[in-house]
Amino acid sequence: MADTPKSVAPRDGSVSRPPTAFEYGYDKSFRALTFAAGFVTIALLVYIFWKIGGQAAPAMQKYGLDFLTTVKWNANTNEYGILAEIWGTLYSSFLALLFGGVLGVAVAIFLTQGFLNARLAWIFRLIVEMLAAIPSVVFGLWGIYVLIPAIRPLAHWLHETLGFIPFFSTNLAGPGMFPAMIVLSIMILPTVAAISQDAFKAIPMKIQEAAYGMGTTKWEAIRKVIIPTASGGIFASLVLGFGRALGETMALAMLIGNSQQVTLSLFAPATTLASLLASTFPEAGANQIGPLMYAAIVLLVITMAVNIIGTIIMNYTARQTVT
Amino acid sequence: MKIGNFSKGAKVVAIAAAMVVTGTVAQAQSVNLTGSGASFPFPLYSAWFKDFGQKTGIQVNYQAKGSGGGIEDFTNGVVDFAASDAAMSEEELAKIEGGVVMLPMTAGEIVLAYNLDGVSELKLPRDVYPKIFLGEITKWNDAEIAAANEGVELPDETITVVVRSDSSGTNFNFTNHLSAISSDFESKVGGGKTVPWPNASNFVAAPGNQGITATIKQTPGAIGYIEYGYAQQTNTPYAMLENQAGNFVKAGPEAGSAALASAELDENNVAFIVDPAGDDSYPIATFTWMMFYKDAGQDAAKVDALKQMIEYGLTTGQTMADKLGYIPLPENVVETDKKSMEEIGG
Repeated sequence: MADTPKSVAPRDGSVSRPPTAFEYGYDKSFRALTFAAGFVTIALLVYIFWKIGGQAAPAMQKYGLDFLTTVKWNANTNEYGILAEIWGTLYSSFLALLFGGVLGVAVAIFLTQGFLNARLAWIFRLIVEMLAAIPSVVFGLWGIYVLIPAIRPLAHWLHETLGFIPFFSTNLAGPGMFPAMIVLSIMILPTVAAISQDAFKAIPMKIQEAAYGMGTTKWEAIRKVIIPTASGGIFASLVLGFGRALGETMALAMLIGNSQQVTLSLFAPATTLASLLASTFPEAGANQIGPLMYAAIVLLVITMAVNIIGTIIMNYTARQTVT
Repeated sequence: MKIGNFSKGAKVVAIAAAMVVTGTVAQAQSVNLTGSGASFPFPLYSAWFKDFGQKTGIQVNYQAKGSGGGIEDFTNGVVDFAASDAAMSEEELAKIEGGVVMLPMTAGEIVLAYNLDGVSELKLPRDVYPKIFLGEITKWNDAEIAAANEGVELPDETITVVVRSDSSGTNFNFTNHLSAISSDFESKVGGGKTVPWPNASNFVAAPGNQGITATIKQTPGAIGYIEYGYAQQTNTPYAMLENQAGNFVKAGPEAGSAALASAELDENNVAFIVDPAGDDSYPIATFTWMMFYKDAGQDAAKVDALKQMIEYGLTTGQTMADKLGYIPLPENVVETDKKSMEEIGG
């Protein structure tokens, strides 16, 4: 062992040497590969926009902005409007965020703030992350066969006793906003939990120690120090979870009832953009393709905007913790 | 082993070469057919094609992507045949150079399946069920339903109407029937593959026959329209409907055949039986079609295989229909089909 450096070192006594031609080539091709991968991603996005936009353009000219503000889908008279879909997409995602978000952040606190020993926390984390691996259609079936029968009595009771509140103004028949929202909450839970866990872990130990050093209880430390410090990351996790909820298709197409209406009621059937696309596209005639592509563009824009905002917030808070 | 395989391969090549040279009838055995379209007759077609493939060696690949998708594929020339529950419109036919041969291959009934605890027999008069699908009757114990069902205890429950969320031939036939018997329905909703159902909170939409069946089974108080075969296979109860003659008829092979008997095919072999006459006719029955190219430039072996397939469907195939929940074609329709199929390939 002692004589190995001697045998490697060149005669002039230096251990360094210029890279070989192979190493240069290797480096260069790796660089080229990463650049190519990056550009392909961007090119793909542009291509998708361009292609769908191209097919949507005639419908955009024909229906204009009225398309976004009317509730109508009649292939026989060629009248289309997607206000109900836009409303349903945003409303279901917002409700899912309300429930899934709170739950996700709570799970993240539970798993990072020393409530469990490391091994148990690891198992819990694994289980939460496994939720993300369940296919959407399985969630949909679970919703139809397990969830809806289970929540029907509760929904019925809420409608009977609190029916004067707009949220409970109709009775839950089966598919509707409420079951869709619950399933959607479960689906965004892993996203929210994973990203907020990272935010909590990024808090320097010193800050927590300082809080405890000042004599706070655990609850006080979490509420007044840790959550505010991680707030940027938590917010980003919520925005990304929202983005995930917006684009969810199969489970919603199976559970939301696909009825074009704009209502606050949680127990009424509604519809979403993704579910409209999924259920109408396979048998759409030529006259429906344009409006469907237009709806696809609207969904794409909404989802992208939400994701971009989330990423910006995340970057912004990441910079803040460094300085 | 390798040598064995090689010699086997060589033999196949030799036989193929011999066939090309001599041009024997056996050529048909190496032919594959592709088709796409309607999902409603798929259970029957897949049974046909499996049996047909075993008997003749002709493989038929059929994709049940829906009537609309099938017509699209057919127009683009990527399939050998297509299937549709709504046949093809004049507009669609005009896009196909050389013309189209349309053959009704089987028929089905659309039933109103429901989910009501303890109600095993339900009668729906013809002025009542359009109102349910217009959202005008919303309670099961509505006086108009109760009047037709004396002795049946109907619950004070909201009727959840389950409709199709996707464009479909079933929608087309069902809504055309409703439009035919109710002028109110015609003006407010109308007939078509997708229609603007009333936006009421007791209306939910589900994709496909399976989707509607599952939703009905899971929702107490639900009613929806599905193909007879789906109701039969899943043991879902369905209502007796009042026909044009004023009789309450339950869907089934006899009632279906009676409805088809009144059909008169036009020169394209198309007939929509929106409201069949006859004492025993079930009111909502429909043919479903296969479409073939008339074009003379087709591969002769393929045309021959297609004709064999049609022949099989019209003979052996018809005997399977009943078991799977479809109606066998009336004798006169089979005869028309046999005559028309000669036009395939010029």
